[in-house]
Amino acid sequence: MAEVTYKSASRIYPGSEIPAVNALDLEITDGELLVLVGPSGSGKSTALRMLAGLEFVDEGSILINGKDVTLTPPQDRDIAMVFQNYALYPGMTVAENMGFALKQQKVPKEERRRQVEEAARILDLTEYLDRKPKNLSGGQRQRVAMGRAIVRSPQVFLMDEPLSNLDAKLRVQTRTELADLQARLGVTTVYVTHDQVEAMTMGHRVAVLKDGILQQADRPRTLYSEPKNRFVAGFIGSPAMNLFDIDRVDGQLRLGSMTVPLSASTDAALESTSGTSFGFGVRPEHMTLTTEGGLPGEVIVVEELGSEAFIHVKFEHRGSDETIVVRTDGETAIDRGDFVNVTISGPTHVFAESGERIG
Amino acid sequence: MSGGNTGPVVGARGLGSFLLGIATWIITLLFFFPVFWMVLNGFKEEVDANTDPKLFFDPTLDRFSEVTEDTTGLLSFSEAFANSFWSVLISTIVVMAMAIPAAYALSIRPVEKWRDVLFFFISTKFLPIVAAILPLWIIARDAGLLNTRLVLIILYTAMNLPLAVWMLRSFFNEVPKELIEAASIDGAKISSQIRSVILPIVAPGLAATALLCVIFAWNEFFLAVQLNPVDGTTVPVWVQSNVSSRGNFLAKLSAASTLATLPVVLAGWVAQKRMIRGLAMGAIK
Repeated sequence: MAEVTYKSASRIYPGSEIPAVNALDLEITDGELLVLVGPSGSGKSTALRMLAGLEFVDEGSILINGKDVTLTPPQDRDIAMVFQNYALYPGMTVAENMGFALKQQKVPKEERRRQVEEAARILDLTEYLDRKPKNLSGGQRQRVAMGRAIVRSPQVFLMDEPLSNLDAKLRVQTRTELADLQARLGVTTVYVTHDQVEAMTMGHRVAVLKDGILQQADRPRTLYSEPKNRFVAGFIGSPAMNLFDIDRVDGQLRLGSMTVPLSASTDAALESTSGTSFGFGVRPEHMTLTTEGGLPGEVIVVEELGSEAFIHVKFEHRGSDETIVVRTDGETAIDRGDFVNVTISGPTHVFAESGERIG
Repeated sequence: MSGGNTGPVVGARGLGSFLLGIATWIITLLFFFPVFWMVLNGFKEEVDANTDPKLFFDPTLDRFSEVTEDTTGLLSFSEAFANSFWSVLISTIVVMAMAIPAAYALSIRPVEKWRDVLFFFISTKFLPIVAAILPLWIIARDAGLLNTRLVLIILYTAMNLPLAVWMLRSFFNEVPKELIEAASIDGAKISSQIRSVILPIVAPGLAATALLCVIFAWNEFFLAVQLNPVDGTTVPVWVQSNVSSRGNFLAKLSAASTLATLPVVLAGWVAQKRMIRGLAMGAIK
């Protein structure tokens, strides 16, 4: 049980000017499952490895349970980590792999066995305890890697893309099991992934990183409905939010031939800004297709998913062709080449030219 | 392959691979024949060995008993064997004990300037040993080490250490980085990481390295003959002592050479059992 705090923690790789992790400030509460998400090169793995003690902290500090561990070697941090490629010891059996950490702590053999068997039971690994890793399937290896972590009851679990080597179906299944296991054990967990769906479904809170800088750390719901900037808006959500550069003409924001409807608060926030160029975003499910009004355009792609369909509509905006994606229920028959009108029926997002959210 | 690259792989063994197999066998036999002939000669009478090559003859063990016989004033086989055995064994153990930590420091947690260090190790091999023998001899004499096993142990260690460090380093490089990280997170200290995680993975490499050290030290002739001319000398020197300036000696020499070769073959056979690849399988992915 522990809290984890990053205090302006930076990692600058030797020979590089730009920090891989830039002054990260983040607090993770006891028992929380925090997901670090971002595109590749965003510094999410580096941030995790800094907490593990595998990466040097060049500036700032890291605290576990209020204790500064910035210079503590990984051996003494009382953490457990699940690696992307599992990193099981090839010469040892499943039981030996899982008991290795306990053996290092000089736990007596009997006690060790009891704990390993207990963890194996939770993870459904009992019948594989005497096998070597090479005789296990990918999913089983992943569970052994998990078992090696939980057998120790550490202060913090660290998981570095633990599901990325599983096939799609197993990944979805394991995702749920993992979230359930974490909730039952109640151990503070930091989880790294590049998959925003995984982040949204698993995380109590999700921290979005880009270029080593923390963009936003919030509950999934908040990230989705109130992204702090244009990057988060575009990164979270599948399919992605429709984002356009738009101009303010006569105090109104215009998307193609349509005046964008804004909430009163957004209007008020806009009043206090100067500038004429803004970012505008609207999610596919916050629009409807109508026969008149709104934004006229031509359907160029129809993605049918059964329960829903995504309609890609081409329209003219600022003199060039743009595409907007609209979600509809799967019932309406729409074909490529149809002419439709897009009406905004839900919340919209407006960003300043710098990318910051206005409203 | 006759079927081309797109043909079925299973069972598709064309003429090409058949010819390749034949060529491999011919080359192997070509290399093996001199060894075979040496062993054969060891079982012949001197007359047979020195006249027309004979494949069929009455085998005799006389040459073997002749060369292993103790003659006063001459170096005996058992003495030479004991000298060789101890210098090779101890030098190889010392080499491995020093090379493993060195390889760790150059591969897994590279020290600063590790490239320079690595180059320094191999640079010690640039000087031909002949050029170094005089200073070595003087140092050995002043230290009172001439005609001792100790001088050979020290020199064989020094001779094999750079090679062992280089070899082990490349084997250590193949250990997945995550395994060592996992071990350190699991609370393993460096000694325990090496013992429990790294060494089992590089075991084939350890065996290969140790075998090479054994072979090089066992076959070393120049240093042994220069620094240990009297007692304390080794098997290669003893083999050479069977060359006499008068009379026929080919069969005797063959018998001696066969005896000198046996331990290396044995060591190779033992090491080969450990040199099975794929021990690291299943570690990652």
